[in-house]
Amino acid sequence: MELPVRVYSPESPLRHPGQLLREMFRDLLASRELAWRLFVRDTSAQYRQSILGYVWAFIPPLVASLPFIFLNAQGVVAIKDTSIPYAAYAMIGTIIWQVFVDALNSPIKTVTSAKSMLTRINFPREAILLAGLGQVIFNFLIRLVLLVGVFAWFKITPPATAWLFPFGILSLIMIGFMFGVLLTPLGLLYNDVQQLIPIGAMFLMFLTPVLYPQPEGGLAGWVAQWNPLTPLVTTTRDWLTLGATNHLPGFLIVSGVASALLFLGWVIYRLALPHIIARIGN
Amino acid sequence: MSSDLRPPTSGNDEVLVKVEGVSKKFCRSLKKSLFYGVQDILSDLNPFGNQKSGAREQRSEGRDQRAEGHPSSAADLRPGEFWAVNDVSFELRRGECLGLIGRNGAGKTTLLKMLNGLIKPDAGSITMRGRVGALIALGAGFNPILTGRENIYVNGSVLGLTKREIDEKLQDIIDFADIGDFIDSPVQSYSSGMQVRLGFAVATAMEPDVLLLDEVLAVGDAAFRNKCYRRVVSLRKKAAVIFVSHSMEQISRVCDHVLTMSGGRAAYFGAVAEGILRYDQLNDESEQAIESFLSVQPPITSFSANLPSTRLSIWEPLEIKIHIKSACALANFQVRIYFYNISNGFAAECRFEAKNQEIDLSSGESLWSITLESVPLKSGMYWLSINLIDSHGDLLVWCYKQHAIQVTGGYQGSSADCLLQLKEWKQLPDKWIVRNT
Repeated sequence: MELPVRVYSPESPLRHPGQLLREMFRDLLASRELAWRLFVRDTSAQYRQSILGYVWAFIPPLVASLPFIFLNAQGVVAIKDTSIPYAAYAMIGTIIWQVFVDALNSPIKTVTSAKSMLTRINFPREAILLAGLGQVIFNFLIRLVLLVGVFAWFKITPPATAWLFPFGILSLIMIGFMFGVLLTPLGLLYNDVQQLIPIGAMFLMFLTPVLYPQPEGGLAGWVAQWNPLTPLVTTTRDWLTLGATNHLPGFLIVSGVASALLFLGWVIYRLALPHIIARIGN
Repeated sequence: MSSDLRPPTSGNDEVLVKVEGVSKKFCRSLKKSLFYGVQDILSDLNPFGNQKSGAREQRSEGRDQRAEGHPSSAADLRPGEFWAVNDVSFELRRGECLGLIGRNGAGKTTLLKMLNGLIKPDAGSITMRGRVGALIALGAGFNPILTGRENIYVNGSVLGLTKREIDEKLQDIIDFADIGDFIDSPVQSYSSGMQVRLGFAVATAMEPDVLLLDEVLAVGDAAFRNKCYRRVVSLRKKAAVIFVSHSMEQISRVCDHVLTMSGGRAAYFGAVAEGILRYDQLNDESEQAIESFLSVQPPITSFSANLPSTRLSIWEPLEIKIHIKSACALANFQVRIYFYNISNGFAAECRFEAKNQEIDLSSGESLWSITLESVPLKSGMYWLSINLIDSHGDLLVWCYKQHAIQVTGGYQGSSADCLLQLKEWKQLPDKWIVRNT
């Protein structure tokens, strides 16, 4: 049997793009089982030392939406009429938004916690990312229970386009993950990035029509229009609640660009890790 | 390093590890190091950039430059950087075991990490064939909350085993780790020794072609260390093993040749005995601030000892000349000579009563010659301490580590300091054999 051969040299792997691609997909395939193990490990460990357990998955979107529901009900802020009751609108919005935030946080969080493994063992590095991705999806599936609860409570009947909703979610996961993976190399070297992400995510949420419908005209309208997250959030919510959406072209363009950038992020992640491991040492 | 230093091989020409002029730079300042990291990543992202071509061109210019010993010139270093590994080359075949030795910070672990593909070399190239197993840290990837059994699966797949392979080896792993019912308890309830046992059991279950071991046999109790050692020896038959250890005893038990590293460079590559000698020398050189003194109590007023040579062949007699001055006559005293090894352990000692040798110390000057029959110690450096003790047990002369001798000719790879000499070995007549019928 021919033994596998690996050559390590200072040369940039980008000099042999064909080989790099082959290795990337070979490692991606090879990492499936490990990713599954790590996912199972992290998920079963995550809630084993916790009283509230899976309830923790519900808390972030609830906490984000409840103040707005309260303020709107009290008339402190006036959000113009939404197609469904505002409380439902806000909660669906934050549940959708949370999946983006989870995906954004995931790469840097999982890679950081795998630091000791990364600096000591050579295994397909994709496995960590995939395991994190698995957790993002898993946490979203738990929140689906909350979503169903909202629909039942407010007696909303989902339209026929509701089956497209998972695609919207996947697209949001992809764009969040894309940003996350792109930020990971720098974030592993400098803690600043990890400090910045939650603040940036919060900032971004207020600039995106999550808790309010897309404003028309004015600076707010302009920002919402050029914000790449607008078509994703709006389309996903429209599919689930309205049926028709007029953001489909934007949705497709953003998803396409995000997937290309995600691939680029993957290449950078692979190239950067040996250098990062050399710098962060043990 | 020339290739003629390579020890003879067992005829198996399957080269599994090939290291050619490998270098790696590190930076002492964290801020700079992180910044250089960003630079390195950016230069890797630009395949047409020439930031690293300097080092490469120099390499391709030919071997003559390398022979001069300045392969990785200071020009390649950015401010604050140094070569952690500098122009190291060697080859390793299946069935061979290379001991990697050197003082702390000599670049052993960095080299191992490059071999494992964790970090990239800055110059040179490494070719690894076959499945590589590395025990750089045991139990990396253990989750404290999960049970030992669950962690076997996680750790096994991290090391590249499929679920089926782990299923097959599960019992084997549990038996080897030998931690009893703890296997179904969370790993956080394990003692550190138990974690090591489990980690070693999983890591060695993967039957690699190349096995990298970084000081992993330094832990655990003696029984488990022996078990680990036997496992490594049996893995060695089918694999190429690189073994980092500070225990020269382990190195000489397991390895068939060694690479002695010093300041990132290969100071020696070849036979185990010479490699260990080189390592000892490196340790000696650093022992500049060795504690050494001479203290003299009345009635002794002056003492000096003299060794004819600082080198001694193992079965040769050692003569010590002593010049001593005393204020009054002294009978009934004892001379003690201690030999300390490099690690400051007692290697040997001898005691003589003056009266048994019919020696009296008279008032004034005396000159003695004390000769030891031989110093049967393994090759290496030894410090001498010469003491003179009176009948009350008072230390009149304490001449501590003022003298050193280099013992040569013995078998360096021996585990013990003291080597015993064979008197005779002969065949006895067959009729003397007592048979139990």
